[in-house]
Amino acid sequence: MSLVVRLRSVVCLLGRFPALAGADLDVTAGEVVLVSGPNGAGKTTLLRLVAGLVAPYSGSVEVLGIDLVADRRSARRNLALVGHETYCYDDLTATENVEFFARASGRGDTDVAAALDRVALTDAANVVHRGLSAGQRRRLALAVALVRAPSLLLLDEPHAGLDALGREVLAEVIREAPAEGRTVVMVSHELEIARPLVSREVRVEGGQVWPVASDARAPVSEQLQ
Amino acid sequence: MNLWREAALVAGKDLRIEARSRVTLGQVIPFGMIVVLLFAFALDPDRGVLERVAPGLFWIAVLLALLLAVGRAFAIETHHGARDGLRIAGLDGSAIFLGKAAAIAAQLLVLEVVVGIGVIVLYGVEIHGLGVILLTAAAATIGLAATGTLYGVLAAGLRLRETLLPLLLLPVLAPVMLGATRAFEDGLAGVPGDAWPWVGMLSVFAVLYSAIGVLAFDALWEEAT
Amino acid sequence: MTTTTPTPSGRGVTAAMAPDRDQLLAPVVRRVIGWLTLVSLVALALFGLWGAPTDAVQGDAQRVMYLHVPAAWLAYLAFFVTAAASALFLIPRTRAQVWDRLAGASAELGVMFTGLALALGSIWGRPVWGVWWAWDARLVSTALLFFLFLGYCALRRVPAADPVGAAKRNAIAALFAFADVPIVHFSVEWWRTLHQKATVFNPELNPQIHGVMGLTLWLGTLAFTLMYVYLLDRRYRLAVLEADQADVELEQAILDRTRARSAHV
Repeated sequence: MSLVVRLRSVVCLLGRFPALAGADLDVTAGEVVLVSGPNGAGKTTLLRLVAGLVAPYSGSVEVLGIDLVADRRSARRNLALVGHETYCYDDLTATENVEFFARASGRGDTDVAAALDRVALTDAANVVHRGLSAGQRRRLALAVALVRAPSLLLLDEPHAGLDALGREVLAEVIREAPAEGRTVVMVSHELEIARPLVSREVRVEGGQVWPVASDARAPVSEQLQ
Repeated sequence: MNLWREAALVAGKDLRIEARSRVTLGQVIPFGMIVVLLFAFALDPDRGVLERVAPGLFWIAVLLALLLAVGRAFAIETHHGARDGLRIAGLDGSAIFLGKAAAIAAQLLVLEVVVGIGVIVLYGVEIHGLGVILLTAAAATIGLAATGTLYGVLAAGLRLRETLLPLLLLPVLAPVMLGATRAFEDGLAGVPGDAWPWVGMLSVFAVLYSAIGVLAFDALWEEAT
Repeated sequence: MTTTTPTPSGRGVTAAMAPDRDQLLAPVVRRVIGWLTLVSLVALALFGLWGAPTDAVQGDAQRVMYLHVPAAWLAYLAFFVTAAASALFLIPRTRAQVWDRLAGASAELGVMFTGLALALGSIWGRPVWGVWWAWDARLVSTALLFFLFLGYCALRRVPAADPVGAAKRNAIAALFAFADVPIVHFSVEWWRTLHQKATVFNPELNPQIHGVMGLTLWLGTLAFTLMYVYLLDRRYRLAVLEADQADVELEQAILDRTRARSAHV
C-alpha cells in the first residue's frame, strides 16, 4: 500500500515554541485515522503541516508522494483541510463561497447545488456566511473542502460546533471516504463519536505521535523500525 | 484556467465583497473627505493657499486612504482564514496579485473622483488640462495599487502590521506623490507640456512595481506567516 | 524506554541551504582591519582638524565635510551590499544564511551612516547655508533612503514562525526598497531642477579643492570604509551568536516538550 503521509523526525515551530518536536507518522492510502491528544499537544500543527500551510523546521514531510519541503504547491493540489476556521468570506453567500473556491481550485464545472445538498445546506444557499449559524458554517466549510474532490481529507476538530444534522453528514462523508478513494486524517476531542468512524487511532502528545491501539509505550518511529 | 481568468476571479470576488460590505464607500472615501476638510483648517482658506497646494493635498488624501484600502483588502483574506483556503486551492500568486491590485485600483479611482470633486468645490480649483490630469491619475493609481498590494501581503499576517505598513509603504510611494502632484500642478497651470516627464516617471513606476508584484507576490503569499 | 531524540536546531534549516559561516572575516583579517580603522580615524582627526587648511569661503564649518561625505558614501555602499546580498539569497543556487545576515547587518549600518550623513549635513548647512535643512535634491533623496531602510530594519525585527520564509520575505523587501532608489533619485532631481533654477549648490561656492583637503577627504572615505567592514563583521558575528543561542533554547524546549510525555508513560 502506498503511503499518503510520511513524516520523519519533524520539528515544527510556532514562533519559538516547538509545537512538533520530532514527530513521525505514516498514513496508508484508504485509512481513516483519528488523531487524539490533549490540548496544546500539536495536533492542529500536525494537520497544518500535512496541508502544506506551515513549513517544517527540520525533518522530512511527504504528502501524496511529494516532498512537501521542495514543492508545497503540488502536494496541496489533491488534499483539503477543514480547519478551526471556515476559510470562507463573510460577505459571500454559501453558494458564492463554494463556487469561488471550486473555481479557484480549477473545478469550475462543479455542481454547486449538489455540493450544498450533500451537506444539507440547500435552504441556506443564498445566505451570506455572516448570517449562517455556527453549525451551518461548519457544514459549509465541509462543502468547500469536498468540492476539491481531495484524495486526502484533513479534518481538524470537525465535531466542534457541529449540529446534530452536521454530525450525520460528517459521519456519512467519512464512511463513504474509502469507497471514494479518499484517505482521512481527523483530529477530534469527541472520542466516543469519532472512534467508531475510524480504522486507526494515534495520539499526539508533547509534539510527538504515539500509537494507541497496539502498544502505547513505544513511539511510532520505533514500531516502524 | 489562465492567469487573467484567475485574476478576474479574485478581483470579482473582492469587488463583490466591497459591494456587499461597503467599507470603501462608507468608510475609506469619507475618511478621504475628512482629510480634505482638515487641510482647510490647517491652511487658512482665505489666503488662497488651498487653491495653490490643492494637487498635493489631493494626493496626500489619496495616499492616506490607500493605507486603509490595503489594510481592508488583506483583512478580508485573514478574517476567517480565507487566505489558508486560497493557498490550499492553489491559485497562482501572480493572479492573486493582479486581481487584488485591480480591485484596489478600481476602488481608488472611485475615491479619487469623489475626493477630486471635494477638492474642486471646497478649495475653489479650476480645472484645466483634463487630459493630463486623467492620464496622471491613471498611471499613479496603477502604481499605488500595485505597490499597496505588494506591501499589503508583505505585512499581512505579521504582528504589528498596522504600524509597519505605513512605514514600509509611504517612503516607497514618495516618487508617486511627487510626480503626480507636479503633473497635476502643470496641468492646472495650463502648461501640460511640463507634465509629460512626470507622467512618464509615474508610468515607469507603475510598470516596474506591477512587474515586481507579478514575480514576487507568490513567494510572499506562501512564506510570510 | 528509549525515546527518539529529535534532531532540531539549525541543521534542518541549513540543510536546504549552503553551509553557514560562523565568521565573516578570518580573525586575523578582522584584527588587522580593526587596527587600521583606529589608525586611519586618528589620522583623519589630525588632518581634518589641523592638517587641512581652513576653507576660504565656508571657514571651519567646511571641516564637517570630511565626515559627511564619507558617511554619505558609506550609506549608499551599505545599501548596495544589502541589495546584492538579498539578491544572492533569493537565487536558489547561492541561497545561504550568510547572505541574509549580511543584508541585515549592512542595512543597520546603512541606516546609521545615513542618519550620520543627514545630521552632519544639517550641522554643516546651518553656518554655510544659514538653515538647518534645505530642499536640496541630494538631501531629500538621502532622507528618503533613510526611511526606506529604516522600514526594512523594522520588518526584520518582527518575529516569524518560519526562519527561512522570513529570510526570503526580508530579501524581497530589500529589493523592493532598492528598486525605488533610482526612481527616488531621478524624481527628486527633476523636482529640484525643473522648478527651482537656483539651487543651493552654487558652483561659485565650491572653489578649487585644495590638495590637502582632497587627501583628507580620501582619508575619511578610507577610514569609514574600514570601519564599515569591521562593524559589519561584528554585527554579523552577533547575528550568528543570537542564532546559536536561539538554537540552544530550542533544543532545550524540544527536550522539555518530549520529556513531559516520557515522564508519565
